[in-house]
Amino acid sequence: MKTFRYDRAGDISGAIATLAKERTGVFLAGGTNLVDLMKLGVMQPDVLVDVRRLTSTEIQDLPDGGLRIGAAVTNSELAADRRVRSRYPVLSQAVLAGASGQLRNLATTGGNLLQRTRCVYFYDTTTPCNKREPDTGCSALEGFNFGHAIFGASRHCVATHPSDMAVAMTALDAVVRIQGPGGERELPITELHRLPGHEPQRDTTLEHAELITAVDLPPPGFASNSRYRKVRERASYAFALVSVAAALHVRDDVVRDARIALGGVAHKPWRARRAEDALRGQPAVEESFRAAAQAELEDAAPLRENAYKVTLAGNVMTRMLLDLSVS
Amino acid sequence: MGVEITLRADGRGYRIEVDPRTTLLDALREHLGIYGPKKGCDHGQCGACTILLDGMRVNSCLALAVAHDGAEITTAEGLAAGGELHPMQRSFIARDAFQCGYCTPGQILSAVGMVNEAQAGWPSQVTGDAADGEVPLTDEEISERMSGNLCRCGAYANIVPAIREAAEAGRFW
Amino acid sequence: MTTIIERRAVGKPLDRKDGPLKVTGTARYAYEYRFDNPLYLFPVQSEVARGWITSIDATAAEAMPGVIAVLSHENTPRLADTSDREYAVLQSGEVAFRGQYVAAVLAQTLEIARYGASLVRVSYDEEPHDVELRADRTDLYAPATVNPGYPTDTQEGDFDLAFASAAVKFDETYTTPMEHHNPMEPHTTVALWQAGDLTLYESTQGAHWDAGTLAQVFGLDRDRVRIMARYVGGGFGCKTLHANTVLAALGAQVAEGSPVKFALTRQQMFCGVGYRTPTIQWIRLGASEDGRLTAISHDVVEQTAKTKEFAEQTAVATRTMYATQSRRTTHRLAALDVPAPSWMRAPGEAPGMFALESAMDEMAIRCGVDPIEFRIRNEPEIDAETGLPYSSRNLVACLREGARRFGWADRDPRPRVRQEGRWLTGTGVAASTFPVIRFSGSVARITCAGDGRYVVEIGAADIGTGTWTALTQIAADVLGAGTSDIDLRIGDTTLPEASVEGGSSGITSWGSAIVEAARVFRGRHGTSPTQGDQAQAAAPDNPQAQRYAMHAFGACFARARVDADTGEVRIPHMTGVFAAGKIINPKTARSQIIGGMTMGVGMALHEESLVDARFGHVMNHDFATYHIPANADAGQFDIAWIDEEDTHVNPMGSKGIGEIGIVGASAAIANAVYHATGIRVRDLPITPAKLVR
Repeated sequence: MKTFRYDRAGDISGAIATLAKERTGVFLAGGTNLVDLMKLGVMQPDVLVDVRRLTSTEIQDLPDGGLRIGAAVTNSELAADRRVRSRYPVLSQAVLAGASGQLRNLATTGGNLLQRTRCVYFYDTTTPCNKREPDTGCSALEGFNFGHAIFGASRHCVATHPSDMAVAMTALDAVVRIQGPGGERELPITELHRLPGHEPQRDTTLEHAELITAVDLPPPGFASNSRYRKVRERASYAFALVSVAAALHVRDDVVRDARIALGGVAHKPWRARRAEDALRGQPAVEESFRAAAQAELEDAAPLRENAYKVTLAGNVMTRMLLDLSVS
Repeated sequence: MGVEITLRADGRGYRIEVDPRTTLLDALREHLGIYGPKKGCDHGQCGACTILLDGMRVNSCLALAVAHDGAEITTAEGLAAGGELHPMQRSFIARDAFQCGYCTPGQILSAVGMVNEAQAGWPSQVTGDAADGEVPLTDEEISERMSGNLCRCGAYANIVPAIREAAEAGRFW
Repeated sequence: MTTIIERRAVGKPLDRKDGPLKVTGTARYAYEYRFDNPLYLFPVQSEVARGWITSIDATAAEAMPGVIAVLSHENTPRLADTSDREYAVLQSGEVAFRGQYVAAVLAQTLEIARYGASLVRVSYDEEPHDVELRADRTDLYAPATVNPGYPTDTQEGDFDLAFASAAVKFDETYTTPMEHHNPMEPHTTVALWQAGDLTLYESTQGAHWDAGTLAQVFGLDRDRVRIMARYVGGGFGCKTLHANTVLAALGAQVAEGSPVKFALTRQQMFCGVGYRTPTIQWIRLGASEDGRLTAISHDVVEQTAKTKEFAEQTAVATRTMYATQSRRTTHRLAALDVPAPSWMRAPGEAPGMFALESAMDEMAIRCGVDPIEFRIRNEPEIDAETGLPYSSRNLVACLREGARRFGWADRDPRPRVRQEGRWLTGTGVAASTFPVIRFSGSVARITCAGDGRYVVEIGAADIGTGTWTALTQIAADVLGAGTSDIDLRIGDTTLPEASVEGGSSGITSWGSAIVEAARVFRGRHGTSPTQGDQAQAAAPDNPQAQRYAMHAFGACFARARVDADTGEVRIPHMTGVFAAGKIINPKTARSQIIGGMTMGVGMALHEESLVDARFGHVMNHDFATYHIPANADAGQFDIAWIDEEDTHVNPMGSKGIGEIGIVGASAAIANAVYHATGIRVRDLPITPAKLVR
């Protein structure tokens, strides 16, 4: 690991101001992904600005019935919160499907959103990777890509985003609150993460020294009828082959509304809008669910090793919607 | 280059100077000679480095020591208070819940932290949404909650009953 | 007949002696001895798989405060014996595989050493590399023997004729991937070179073996090398001597009296410390209408390193498992630009029995016979490989008792007809076997400590196997003492010579030495010795080994659940029944078995080292991407022993059980997955991608 200066700012403005002056610096929260990457030389910041104790550790009720989750709320705290469990079960389930108990105790909401891909070529500084070093090539394109994207990839990068929490938040239309050198702003979570395009080195739309301060969840609506399912090779403690977050609103045996997001399939959590559109107004039966899944997967572009993800995603979406329609 | 920090480990205070790159794991092992927490992977992927940090189980290999100045740490040595083995430690011996022993201190601390979490009502991936209050530690719950501690010797089938029996014996934190 | 010891402590399920130290984190593993001002070593690894180093630029590293030295082939002391290329570390600019050590940084802290290593710039004259194992290669060759000295090919009868005329035929190919041992403790050495004496704190399965080899490599008298290894965090075959230890010793030479600490990172565990070769196994079976095997062939293709031959004995179990008139087994190797493979738990048996026991299941189905009945129908009278009778063989008893415990009666053989919710369910069975191996050369020393107490010394290893406790029990019984009266000392080359822990040979080899030493002690000092009385002896050869074929056998059963939507596989229950002679300690023996069977779950469902042929190294080189079973993957295990009295194997009447647990597990699981899904997977691991429909 390269040496760095460790800086603990007194408040958020100070942290932002410090990092704004350090082009090669980053924020440090729980460190569970950052320290991992620094040990391997994948990331080599010169300055670490510790923000773990600066942003809010609270989950607040919002006047409109939603929740504001402080960026420093740990994954464990988020998953255990009774309001989250009852009103947005998909989110609690997603967080609990991720990592391990130990990691969830340190990992923060903000950090979880900003974690980086687990592509083996990204992680190995001796193999070409456009995300790590632009214009060196994408080794996964013709390499081991069974864990890589079926949507939204480019020939520069086929990596996937590994966060389960982000998938659930995407299905819930969460809004990310950001503070930066230019002031405060809000961003729908679907606009936080990028598709790789020709700049895979940019995971998110955040500008340098912008800090996530909180994530807002809108009023639950039908989110209390939601679920997260993660498919992986090991029974626990492994990244997703494919995951599905879904919320379903059925009345009189007709689908009134749906929210679906997929994980493990793209450079960002994949909001399945085509499936959602295909579902609205349809009878709440298996045929509709399967057809909606097909509608979404029609444009999937599998790589040499990951065609199974298309089948898997279709099956899991169908099954989950079926389960949600009877609960 | 060195940064001065204070750590309390197993009831004793220490003031040490660390490289900012030093993890809590290496601070404990190489600076303080506390070798209970082990380096199995150094990347938060195996749990052998698990300690209790301010009462919570965490992977010490991913925690930068400078970022945890003033932390209260418990390792396997600290669990055995006054020379008496902790009930979890006794249960591991009785059930032969270890073989080479390298993952064992991490398993035991993770188990102690995990029992506290379940008693506090924290759910796991296998807990239903409706469940409220203390979560009963079934074998399925224990297995899931302990999946962050790998054991290549494959002692899991003994680790689970060891934890269950120690937890059933009563509260111990 | 061998005189069997009187068993009092032996046979009891005693708690491990090393338990209190291990559960409190105070058992000292190699890295954990405190020194003042040690140095830390971090290697630089090649980024080409084949070629020559043209230049090494260490200026940035050398300029870093805290860096003591940067070692390379340009400045490192010459080794005395470089005939074994695995140990010829930093001796030339030649690169034989990707990840080979090409330089190393010695520094005052671990952080400085590691960062310094990242700044060393190595240039290469790169040559094209060849790392792909394929059955259609034209350069496959037959090694002189396969490990540990078996014939490469065997033949009985006329396989081609018998197969051609068989009423029922079976012809399929199975593959197992490259696997890495991944003990929880990485390879670790702390080396100290002082006045021509080399001292190592080492994580090793064989302190004496390592010391002897290092002495040869460094040109030292054997007694100038001391290795300590009291507690070892797992081995499974990989903790024998590799390049890392030589590198640490070279670092210590350069460090002139400072201890040098070198522990591999988990990433480095995937290169250069051994692995199980991938295998391609062609199995053909011929049988009569009533399910009797008339022809068996097992042809294996696997890999070795160009620099050092390792020939895994993959088809050897097939030479002994079942009765037939015509049998052929062959092994062919592809020599590649890769690190050398090494023994990995049940080398030979583990991959070979996956193929054979899957094939037996398929053949039973084809013959319309229950898989257990099919095996019983083909039970041999004598060992076909040697022509000798078995000292004891109770495979049939294991199958029958296992069937009873597991609930095999009334099993509906039809695949894909049972579903519970979204889970398809099925059951499978497979046989297991492992030879009784004894390494010669172990010596035990017994000293009377007064008050009925004894010190028992032997350089044996406990890598999680339970040696500390088992040898204590044996010593207690042969000395007529209680276990608390025995002070056992192992894991140090200042103790009497001991063979390596491997081949499940520990108890046989070391226990026999202790029994013999006790016999000599009693003969010399009687039953009321005085403090200081001592005797030392090596175990005599066992002439019974020339008269009998000695193997342990077992039967492994698995219950599988497969998610109909996703192909996720869970193994909620496994039963294992073993006939392994007398069990020294049922508590620790059960742990060995559940450990082996759990590793078998990993072999069946998770493990696969993926070499990217473009680069030449394993890409999934950490625990996040190389999956071993986590706690949630291990279900319930029901383990039982057939009470087997074998007076030929050794004075304890015991057979080694460290490896047999993994041998039948992967096939039992593959067979259960077939029964659940109707999908036969012949290429491990059985992942959801292979099952999802």
